[in-house]
Amino acid sequence: MSRSRTDRWLLVGLRASGAVTGAVVLLVIAFLLIESWPASRHVGLSRWITDPSWYPTSSAADGRFNLVPMLWGTLAAAGIAVALATPLALLSAVFCRFYAPPTIARFYRRMIQLLAGIPSVVYGLWGLTALVPLIQHFRPPGTSLLAGAAVLTLMILPTIALLADAALANVPGDHLRAAAAAGLSRPGTIRGVVFPAARAGIFTGILLGTGRAIGETMAVLMVCGNIVQTPTSLFDPIRTLTANIALEMAYAMGDHRSALFVSGLALMAIVIALVAMADRIGRGYAYA
Amino acid sequence: MHDQAISWHAAWPAPRLSARRNPDRFIAITAWLGAIAVTTVFFWIVVDLIRLGGAQLTPAFITNAPTSAGRAGGIGSVLVSTALILGVCLAVSAPLGIATAILLAEFTREGNRYCTAIRRSLDTLAGVPSIVFGLFGYAFFCVYLRMGFSILSGGLTLACMVLPILTRTAEQGLRSVPDEYRYAAAAVGMTRTQTLRQLLLPAAMPGLVAGVVLGVGRALAETAALLYTSGYADRMPSSLADSGRSLSIHIYDLAMNVPGGEPNAYATALVLVGLLIAINATAVWLGERWTHRKLSTA
Repeated sequence: MSRSRTDRWLLVGLRASGAVTGAVVLLVIAFLLIESWPASRHVGLSRWITDPSWYPTSSAADGRFNLVPMLWGTLAAAGIAVALATPLALLSAVFCRFYAPPTIARFYRRMIQLLAGIPSVVYGLWGLTALVPLIQHFRPPGTSLLAGAAVLTLMILPTIALLADAALANVPGDHLRAAAAAGLSRPGTIRGVVFPAARAGIFTGILLGTGRAIGETMAVLMVCGNIVQTPTSLFDPIRTLTANIALEMAYAMGDHRSALFVSGLALMAIVIALVAMADRIGRGYAYA
Repeated sequence: MHDQAISWHAAWPAPRLSARRNPDRFIAITAWLGAIAVTTVFFWIVVDLIRLGGAQLTPAFITNAPTSAGRAGGIGSVLVSTALILGVCLAVSAPLGIATAILLAEFTREGNRYCTAIRRSLDTLAGVPSIVFGLFGYAFFCVYLRMGFSILSGGLTLACMVLPILTRTAEQGLRSVPDEYRYAAAAVGMTRTQTLRQLLLPAAMPGLVAGVVLGVGRALAETAALLYTSGYADRMPSSLADSGRSLSIHIYDLAMNVPGGEPNAYATALVLVGLLIAINATAVWLGERWTHRKLSTA
């Protein structure tokens, strides 16, 4: 490699760009920490859990700062969505790889990719005008945990399905031929050979889907009703942590504003932990 | 990947048993039912979009300014704001992301500490929820840098958000260029700058374009990160310092805050989804054409 002067300048430029790119995440974390500092100091640690309710005020002494009902809202909506989307997504992947005729499989995969590309605000709009009235017909008010979980299911289904499908595709053909030669049936092959070999990719998909469900804002904001309460039934309106930030940032001041940054920081920690886990799993196995 | 093209139907002719006693039959039926259910919901969404939004979608809707809080009129000014936000986002994220990708793919060895740090920070950034980007953008660009609610703040916030996907895709594009290109360039004594400009970048163009397009797609679909950075104003922006709403925020506002805004919300959603599909398709096509031309004349 020759070392010309332009080459040296190029490398300097590239290193500088790399530094800026790498610094963005530090900047994000730094600003979240700075902004959440007043509330963490004034509200302390235990009051996020022990306060009787969520009535935030600009000075921590007069307000109530219980985040737990919204944490339950987030976990319930995301949990139900993952529980519904995972089997459907795995069925979709198995359908594409093993049961559908090639033309149908190609069409189906294309459709899942399109579903993955629909913006969350459009899912929210559709949920609000199609699902909520339907639920309202059976159990008013309609805007509910159920509506949120249903919309989230639709949003994370493509994520899990596409990653599972790619994982199934990466299982070496030799495994399949060996299974066929050993006389395994099709379901036996899928359960005994394909799923174990592809489990890393499948888990990665589920973890990323969970992260997406927990971090999603717009769709749940539009269909969940946004009442701060611990859900006791599927038809209760709920408010998630993300929706809370979107709703209250408009007017929050002082410690209240800072409290929203605390919840943002908590969300970020949860989602990053999930993504890191997915990464770790994906790296450890051969056919992710 | 297509190595496994065994004909499953030939390999396992289904024995004629009832579904209850035959697991293969049972899975086949469940898989078909699941696929049919997902397809039904997909068409439900598509049909709703076209049925409820199609009627309002006229040339005038695209060009006119919104009136009566968006209930009437069109989305002209919203489209202009969206384009400006995307422009700011790309002007910052594309050079940064592609330069970082070149650094990671071409100028460092596997395991270099500096690059591992950059890669890890990008992975972390990719996991940050969009509303948290909104919080950051508000605190940093709007308040700390005193940009206020503006197209500039919104675009810069989105630039931070799309950096990971843009960089990663561009890096993959560069890595997919065969090493023979690099050896050949070194053998004829080309400098690394020349190699990059005349050989690697043209050859990796589909990957670079794909990265930018994925970034645009992500930015165009984003709402939560813009709520408190670019703001809500629906008038025609006169500069980057003005507040301006994106298509996605327009949909949100019409659906949630404007009674009777749903028809126009659906029409806007139709425009947004159509744009996303069109951008994706043209970019794939462009990337392919570009490679052919560059490589045949190089």
